[in-house]
Amino acid sequence: MEGAVNKVDVNNRAKLFQCITATSFVMDDLRLFLDTHPMDKAALDYWEKIQRVRNEAVKEYTMCFGPIYSYDVNSKNKWTWVEEPWPWEGRC
Amino acid sequence: MWCYEKRLQYPVNISQCDPKLAMVILSQFGGPDGELAASQRYLSQRYTMSNHKVCGLLTDIGTEELGHMEIICAIVHQLTKNLTPKEIMESGFQNYYVDHTLGLWPQSAGGVPNTAMCFQSKGDPITDLVEDMAAEQKARTTYDNILRLVHDQEICDPIKFLREREIVHFQRFGEALRMIQDDLDPKNFYAYNPSFDPTPCK
Repeated sequence: MEGAVNKVDVNNRAKLFQCITATSFVMDDLRLFLDTHPMDKAALDYWEKIQRVRNEAVKEYTMCFGPIYSYDVNSKNKWTWVEEPWPWEGRC
Repeated sequence: MWCYEKRLQYPVNISQCDPKLAMVILSQFGGPDGELAASQRYLSQRYTMSNHKVCGLLTDIGTEELGHMEIICAIVHQLTKNLTPKEIMESGFQNYYVDHTLGLWPQSAGGVPNTAMCFQSKGDPITDLVEDMAAEQKARTTYDNILRLVHDQEICDPIKFLREREIVHFQRFGEALRMIQDDLDPKNFYAYNPSFDPTPCK
């Protein structure tokens, strides 16, 4: 039973993380386009839409699995920033 | 992945240009003990740091150094804003100006271009952390040297802030070194390299 719960957790984690990676990249690319096309309505709408999805995903990931951005660390009793593996370690 | 925040870690608002001082302060951008070298040193070393928490410290201090590089560049930029050719010649700024106009380029005050040879990433935690502690002290001395030449409060303030950060970083690296040593053989810290050799059985 415990294993099943864990598996769901891990799947959800991977899915959320993938969502953050994908939406972040969309925003990284859109940012460059908008820097040179600041009035482009379609790009601005897309930015807003993807921003909502990313914000949701980051919020949920941070709450369930720990921070990915150090300003977002939210921990009363313990510093969680250095707990999870670092991205270059090849997990996550 | 990094995210840029549109703000300086410490504000820089300089109203009087001073190309002579700019030339001196430029050393903390691209000089041997400057902020560019500092950031690249820590951000390069973190991949082979054996302690998980120290990886975090190198990431966070390395990131802060990028912010310090931005503060130094802002100071140099404001000190060289709107210079006239006459002011350039009279201040001795012409040698820099001829190659870079008023652009920011990482070099030392003496004109030596920035090079990775001014820092090390050795892949040995003790070696790297001792280098990091020395680097913070060298940068602190450089800021002390700059402060002897600066009397304008607008320039002193951010420089004093940066100097204090060197001392804080030195303190944190000292603690990191202790954490690394706590993981090692207390009878011989150098018996093996925890980032390379297999951990011996106890």
